[in-house]
Amino acid sequence: MRFGQLTYDLAHLLGGAVLLMSFVLLYQRRIGAVINAFAMQGTLLALAAAWQAHAQHAPGLYLTALLAFGAKGVLIPIALHRMVRELNLHRTVETALGIGPSMIAGVGLVGLAILAVLPATEGVRALAREDIALALSVVLLGMLMMITRRNAISQVIGLLSLENGLILAAIGVTGMPLVVELSTAALVLMVAMVAGVITFQIRERLDTVDTGSLEEHRGERR
Amino acid sequence: MLTALALLVGLLAALGAVAVPLAGRPSGARLVFGATALAGLGLVAGGVAGLLDGPSALNLPFGPPWGPARLALDPLSAWFLLPLGLSVGCAGLFAFGGAHGPVAPRELAPWPVFVAGMVLTILAADGFTLLLGFEAMSVASWALVAHDHAQAENRRAARMYLGFAGFGGLCLVLAFGVLAGGAGDVAFAALRDTPPEGARAAAVLALVLAGAGSKAGIAPLHVWLPLAHPAAPSHVSAVMSGAMTKVALYVLARFAFDLMGPAQPFWLGAPLIALGAASAVIGALRANLEEDTKVLLACSTIENIGLIAMGLGLALAFRGADLPALAALAAAAALLHTLNHAVFKTLLFLVAGEVLHGALSRRLDRLGGLIHRMPVTAWAALAGVAAAASLPPLSGFASEWLLLQALLAAWRVGDIAFQMGVAAATALAALAAALAAAAMVRFWGLVFLGRSRTPRAAGAEESTGAAQYALLLPAGLTVLLGLLPGVMLDLAEPALRLMVGSTAPQAGWFAIGAAEGGARYWPVPVALLVAGAVGLAVWVVRRRAPAGVVVGPAWDCGFITAPPHFPFGDPAGQPSAAGFGQPLRRMLGAGLLGAHERVTMPAPGETRAAVLQAGFADPVLSALEGPVPRWRDAVAAQAERLRGLSIRQCLGLTFGAVVLMLALLAWLGAH
Repeated sequence: MRFGQLTYDLAHLLGGAVLLMSFVLLYQRRIGAVINAFAMQGTLLALAAAWQAHAQHAPGLYLTALLAFGAKGVLIPIALHRMVRELNLHRTVETALGIGPSMIAGVGLVGLAILAVLPATEGVRALAREDIALALSVVLLGMLMMITRRNAISQVIGLLSLENGLILAAIGVTGMPLVVELSTAALVLMVAMVAGVITFQIRERLDTVDTGSLEEHRGERR
Repeated sequence: MLTALALLVGLLAALGAVAVPLAGRPSGARLVFGATALAGLGLVAGGVAGLLDGPSALNLPFGPPWGPARLALDPLSAWFLLPLGLSVGCAGLFAFGGAHGPVAPRELAPWPVFVAGMVLTILAADGFTLLLGFEAMSVASWALVAHDHAQAENRRAARMYLGFAGFGGLCLVLAFGVLAGGAGDVAFAALRDTPPEGARAAAVLALVLAGAGSKAGIAPLHVWLPLAHPAAPSHVSAVMSGAMTKVALYVLARFAFDLMGPAQPFWLGAPLIALGAASAVIGALRANLEEDTKVLLACSTIENIGLIAMGLGLALAFRGADLPALAALAAAAALLHTLNHAVFKTLLFLVAGEVLHGALSRRLDRLGGLIHRMPVTAWAALAGVAAAASLPPLSGFASEWLLLQALLAAWRVGDIAFQMGVAAATALAALAAALAAAAMVRFWGLVFLGRSRTPRAAGAEESTGAAQYALLLPAGLTVLLGLLPGVMLDLAEPALRLMVGSTAPQAGWFAIGAAEGGARYWPVPVALLVAGAVGLAVWVVRRRAPAGVVVGPAWDCGFITAPPHFPFGDPAGQPSAAGFGQPLRRMLGAGLLGAHERVTMPAPGETRAAVLQAGFADPVLSALEGPVPRWRDAVAAQAERLRGLSIRQCLGLTFGAVVLMLALLAWLGAH
């Protein structure tokens, strides 16, 4: 499998698309659009997993694709949309770092991921190398989103997008046991549930989902 | 033999556990102390057997998760079992004689564990086991230092000691890490296969010097000794001073002469020589100024450790300069002084314990004239004191003579800077020996000669039985080791061969020689000569003395007759501890120890007395208790700010760390 073959190109394209959606996530100014972009990313991840299942002849990955599509492409976005509607949140994204600087930082992180991964994975298949570089970029962008957004829902989406990066890495590696993927998917669901519950709780107690307002309620302050 | 020694370690550790229920019983303490005295005997036997038989190794059926715990008995470890065994044996016997009735468990239980830790350190053949033993030794001795925690000064000593022990252990962990490198195998056999070079060798030596040196008491990491030794019970301070510091030196020697390989440059010995000389002078000078018997002896230990470190450093330098015969001479001086110092310092600490028990004080100004009330202790102490003052024909002289011979031959290392440095070190070693002699005269004179300074000292009682044998045994050994250094050097031959690949110059059983055809020292004829001279002097004085001598009252230096409430004369009529040390404090103390004197005169017409205040402070201790805690507090205050971060900032920290690590990875990948 090398550059110029359909298997490679399509896998590369889908991985790149997932990364692109991470940038789209960073770019959005409205919360609804963020959720939609996240749903898009989940769907692309499902497609990537399905393509890998086809390319690697690993039927287990079809299950992963199905789970990713069901959980991240459909269920979680719907739940988040409902949450936004029911809580009557601000529809704008409150940023700690502006959109422009976030994008620049994101580009820098992708460069860093490529620089770190490519020398470290000398002698591995080209697809796996690129795939890991892309996945690491997605993980880093998810972390960046978590720290540059004030809104709890944006932070939850950052965490979930980080998990997308992990799954992207897992499906790119041949022979990864299915157990890992299933447990990862289950973990993501759990995280989403916990995050949802906590968001409701914050909202209920503090009338806002800005996590900055939690600061006033920490104990042991000097 | 190694199996028996390994079993002994296990038995001692088990004894530590059993000691807790035993402590409450009337004869429990005697049982534990007697068992450790026997263990000391076993250690000496194991050491001699190990030196005569040759190396053996043993893999224990248990150990850390990655492999078995390895033990080995080679000549170097066997030699260090000798001082350990003698010190532990005598101290155990002394404690056995002094124990009557129940002892607090916190004082009894750590004692066998302490001994077991020291033996394990010496027998270890991989880094993990060595650190395990070293830390067991540290923690158990800390518990013993802290046993009398009601007093604030003991708590301070224990805190300081724990700090130094933690620092030392950390440095040794790092030393093993740097030595093992990327492979990560800390078995000694694996470490020997990959000796460090250049900067890595220097880093390992620096870490070992900090780690083992802080435990041994090499300047500037010596300040815990004068604090911790008085706080521990007497038999424990004897072993801490006599054996534990030697175990630390063993670790140093194991690294420098065995694990780091023979192909090291000669300048690797220079820091050891320099720090050893500094320790020797500072320790000896402080011993002249301290007013507490155990503190004084602890300072004398610093001096002797410095001398041994100089011997080890010289051996390292000679080996690096490809002078094996001289390297063997210096190593022989270090090994012999290790054994001699262990014996006479154990003796002196036990004497201090006996004096504390009999006259209820450690302060020189509250003792005096004890030779009348405690004659056996006094004469045993004289043997130890004369050895510590390096007087022939006692043991201290033989080893210090060898060391000076090695120092005087150091010009053969053909590097001008090294030659100049060693010339200075030789002068410092000679100064330290002279200062040590002065300190020992002061110690013995103020404690045992003159008149009693307090009624309690006048009514002192001497122990009988085992405690007395515990003093006579090391005193006899001190004389014996002094008379037969050649035998001990023959015994040490395999250890010297392991360390420097050559043997010390042979000169028969009754002499030691610096080199073939060089200077020789015959202890027995020297002893006969000294005995003859003393005998002649006594005979002449007796002969020329007029008949009918009447013993009159002591002349009290022109003071008026003491009032009746001073039945032993006016205490001010004889020198005090501070007064005895005053000339040296004025000469050397101001520069080295920050000694100060201040006279407060009353204004004319005032009836107040004039006050002379004099004292000194070890600059290292002042620094440790001054700026260092302030820096620590400042760093802690900065670190506290981390707790005030918001969730996003906390996540940002994690994110920053990940990005930093990735950048490092990318940078490493690019190079």
